[in-house]
Amino acid sequence: MTYGTLALTLIFVLIPLILSKTLRLDLEKDTVIATVRSIVQLIAVGYILKFVFDSDSYLYIFLMVLLMITAATLNVRKKGKTIPGITWKVAATLIFVEVLTQGILIGFQITPPTAQYVIPISGMVIGNSMVLAILFLNRFTSEIESHEDQIELILSLGGTPKQAIHTRLIQAIKTSMIPTIESQKTMGLVQLPGMMSGQIIAGADPIQAVQFQLLIVFLILTTAAVTSIALGFLSYPTLFNKQYQLLQEGRDK
Amino acid sequence: MQEAAISFQDVSMKRGEQQVLKQISGQFPQGKITTLVGPSGAGKSTLLKLCNGLLSPDEGSITILGNPLENWEPVELRTRVSMALQSAPMISGTVEENLTLPYALQGAEVDVDKMRRIIKEVGLDVDYLQRDSKDLSGGQRQKVSIARTLLMEPDILLLDEITSALDRASRQEVEELIQHIHKTFGTTIIWITHNLEQAGRIGHYTWVLMDGELVEQGESSLLEDPQNDRVRQFVRGDEA
Repeated sequence: MTYGTLALTLIFVLIPLILSKTLRLDLEKDTVIATVRSIVQLIAVGYILKFVFDSDSYLYIFLMVLLMITAATLNVRKKGKTIPGITWKVAATLIFVEVLTQGILIGFQITPPTAQYVIPISGMVIGNSMVLAILFLNRFTSEIESHEDQIELILSLGGTPKQAIHTRLIQAIKTSMIPTIESQKTMGLVQLPGMMSGQIIAGADPIQAVQFQLLIVFLILTTAAVTSIALGFLSYPTLFNKQYQLLQEGRDK
Repeated sequence: MQEAAISFQDVSMKRGEQQVLKQISGQFPQGKITTLVGPSGAGKSTLLKLCNGLLSPDEGSITILGNPLENWEPVELRTRVSMALQSAPMISGTVEENLTLPYALQGAEVDVDKMRRIIKEVGLDVDYLQRDSKDLSGGQRQKVSIARTLLMEPDILLLDEITSALDRASRQEVEELIQHIHKTFGTTIIWITHNLEQAGRIGHYTWVLMDGELVEQGESSLLEDPQNDRVRQFVRGDEA
């Protein structure tokens, strides 16, 4: 694709701008900002990736993955403000997911340990892990708020924090995983996944593209399960103290 | 006043920036019913949660059945000082599953005979054991909630506005049940109620809390002729 052709794709930005103006949706400013940011960020990433691929250095691969984990952690922690120490819990979860998935891929020689494979796959794994962590934390905090009386009931009947939070934790884990499982059920029927579509457009053999997509689908399934379970089991003990009391934001230490 | 089941000494507590309890000192006598009254937001529920260690005070000391609060192991404390909550929360499942919850939490074997005896004791037929807890009325939920706490044979029973959401008939049934439990088991009962008439009728002793302060305590007859001006205004307002 030439830059001239790419410029023509701005028609797809003009359409929502015209619609927003005509219908007074007041979304023109946000649309322009989103467009400019996506152009600048993607071009920058493109050049960085080119530099990392050309240098073929493990240090740069490591730094890229570290950057992804840091950005994802900072994004997720906002959703779990009520959970003490949420930043390191999210970071530990994302690092664990990344090490586990890359360990299996490289360890079993499914993919080679090169920047071309490690960085895009890490991006997909960490990105999905980030979304799962946000979904989990949203659900977990709302489960606790809406079922505080049930948690208190079990504590008041002599239950431990683990017993008191168990149902809420399982519910939050299940709920956060449902979108991943549901979207995989209709994959190929309702939508062609982005990575597979990209490979086919770039001229790859569709069967080869499908094989890689399946790899990503299975990876994301593991990512979803490990992220919500790890984050859940790291988070719940800090919601209670040694006296088996449910701590509340801004009240207890 | 008799030997204390629970005593408070200069207990203060904050929740967030708000001072919820201020320098509370007093005793809940053993084997008696003490009612806790006061306007909404006076700190009654917070005080009750301090009695079984669901909360800890910021300042002061609390002695429960002769031991300081901080020396109690949480599980043991909560099986000896049991609480029935205002909303009578149920876990999803049958009445039997709700009643056996304390056993399940302790990993203990269910005493079926005792469960059947207690469900009858609270005025429900044993057929109720197989009912879904979702199908219970407000009064029946409260009875199951009380039965669940009684299965642990607590020394002290804490009741948080258990009749406030009930109709008149159910309220009377629950009141009679609590009096029956007290007479039968000699359990010390601490009961939060909004209803001053109920507090005077049921309680041997009464604590009046206002803005986190214990403004008056003594025999429940104090509600008939309060010495404190604020309490007098509160009683008049409530009766109006």
